[in-house]
Amino acid sequence: MPRWAFALAMIVALAACASDETATSEQAAGGGTTLPGAAAGSGGIQSGTLPGGGYGGGSGAGGGTGGGLATQAEQQIARVGDTVFFAFDRYDLDERAQRTLDQQAAVLLRFPQVNVIIEGHCDERGTREYNLALGERRANAVKEYLAALGVAAGRMRVISYGDERPLVVGSNEAAWAQNRRAVTLVVGGVAGS
Amino acid sequence: MSDRLAILRRVAVIAFVGGLLALAAAPSAAELRIDITRGNIEPMPIAILPFVGDTAETSRVGRDIAQVVSQDLERSGLFRPLDVRALEANQPPLDALPQFADWRPMNAQALVIGRTTRLPDGRLRVEFRLWDVFAEQQLEGLGYNAAPASWRRIAHVIADAIYKRLTGEEGYFDTRIVYVAEAGPPNRRIKRLAIMDQDGANHEYLTDGSTIVLTPRFSPSMQQIAYLRFVDGVPRVFIRDLASRRDEMVSGGDGMGFAPSFSADGQRLAFSIARDGNTDIYVSDLRTRAIRRLTSNAAIDVSPSFSPDGRQIVFNSDRSGSQQLYVMDADGQNPRRISFGEGRYATPAWSPRGDLIAFTRIQGGRFSIGVMRPDGSGERILASGFRVEGPTWAPNGRVVTFFRKDPVEGSGTGGRSRLYMVDIVGRQEREISTPQDASDPAWSPLQP
Repeated sequence: MPRWAFALAMIVALAACASDETATSEQAAGGGTTLPGAAAGSGGIQSGTLPGGGYGGGSGAGGGTGGGLATQAEQQIARVGDTVFFAFDRYDLDERAQRTLDQQAAVLLRFPQVNVIIEGHCDERGTREYNLALGERRANAVKEYLAALGVAAGRMRVISYGDERPLVVGSNEAAWAQNRRAVTLVVGGVAGS
Repeated sequence: MSDRLAILRRVAVIAFVGGLLALAAAPSAAELRIDITRGNIEPMPIAILPFVGDTAETSRVGRDIAQVVSQDLERSGLFRPLDVRALEANQPPLDALPQFADWRPMNAQALVIGRTTRLPDGRLRVEFRLWDVFAEQQLEGLGYNAAPASWRRIAHVIADAIYKRLTGEEGYFDTRIVYVAEAGPPNRRIKRLAIMDQDGANHEYLTDGSTIVLTPRFSPSMQQIAYLRFVDGVPRVFIRDLASRRDEMVSGGDGMGFAPSFSADGQRLAFSIARDGNTDIYVSDLRTRAIRRLTSNAAIDVSPSFSPDGRQIVFNSDRSGSQQLYVMDADGQNPRRISFGEGRYATPAWSPRGDLIAFTRIQGGRFSIGVMRPDGSGERILASGFRVEGPTWAPNGRVVTFFRKDPVEGSGTGGRSRLYMVDIVGRQEREISTPQDASDPAWSPLQP
């Protein structure tokens, strides 16, 4: 069975228990694995939705009609986890990230009409210009992985914020681990489909 | 700003020639001189008297000018301006021989006396003499005419003249700094380009904060600033013309453009483009806008900086597995690694003198600012901290400005970010006052 088919099955299973609104995207995706750095007592793990998400043009399902394909895709991406995390100064995808992306790919294959922006981010432990390049590398790693699973490259746009937009504010390893990330944002449907 | 430009043409520098040659015919004592090639210099005690005016207004300006001169010299770390209030009243006129004996008890090595007057055409005239107190010799005597509004620039020009006469190096006080002003919470930081004199005066914002802007750099003419601006979420390289306030995008098309840097002749702009997970260095010929690729490597190649002769580029690459500094020919040929210490090296900046490259080094979780020779030898660390980054050179290649950012504490406080300047020999570090948090400084050349 191809990986995406397995992922699809997972989504169906998840949809069945979607009433559990308190589950974070990562917990849903990883079957309850611990978030990076959570042991440090940082608490308050945030969901994968970016704070103030308007900055990237990735304001979500255009129009927000609630019933649109983009909205559905966005909700399902959020459910499987829109964010994957990276080790310090690395851009390779570990097993947990791959599991999340397998499920993202399944959603995107079910909604071929929607496009995504993949944002790469870094922690504050690097220099600004290098971090912009590293963030692009991370976002591109996600794009290539999703493309290998069949998502058309033309549907995915890669950008980098370097360390300009941390998910978690803090100068400690728990915060840094969550800021080294790539986020998949649904940006709306393909015209006419 | 057009006012500032107009000033440049109006500032007339007139050296005193006649009159005082006789006074200068003192014994041939060893010349007063600070040797700034040595480390940990004891600052030279210097007496700077308020410049005397002929009216209440020119007296006030004269006092302000002397204060700016004092502050410039003091912040260089090479001078210790003395409290002159007790002796202010006894000073002789500008054209008379000072009472040197008055100044010896406080060990003043040098003495600055000045005069401010209004010319019939409304312009301000500022004159000063720099004396060697122990040799009883005049070291410098200069006069300037300029619009009254430009009194601060005259003060910086005088401070530069004193610095040059006493150190043998060009000054750097008549310069400006462009940087990124920061406000708001760390995850929704508002960033604006801002420009100011090197001492923080004449501060002005250049962008409105509606998009993220980063890493500005002056063109050699100071007429333009290259910088990064996010457009629809994508980093692009722009050039801002300061006079017209117009922006022009240099890096369009696929991929994101960032890390711009002018060549010393202003004809070329080097920058990075990231595309398909790979970042390489490109150069734009600013006359033809032709863009040429300089590196073709699977690694991240970023932060280019031209040598002052324009023949080489130092840059940052992780092609060896970790971030290191490399020098290549300006056409991209002959790349060679120059940094070999522990940790990661980044943000190289080639000194305008050509003799050193400043950099950021990250080792064991700490950031440092350092300098090395272009062949990688003679590495020295100038400043360290939680995050210090982005060195930029004063035009004389003796002082470096960078930013220092504090960690965010558990309570969410902290995270302060400020600009500092440090001289590369004495390592005297001084904060540059800014209205808000600040990062990504770039120093201008001496104003024309």
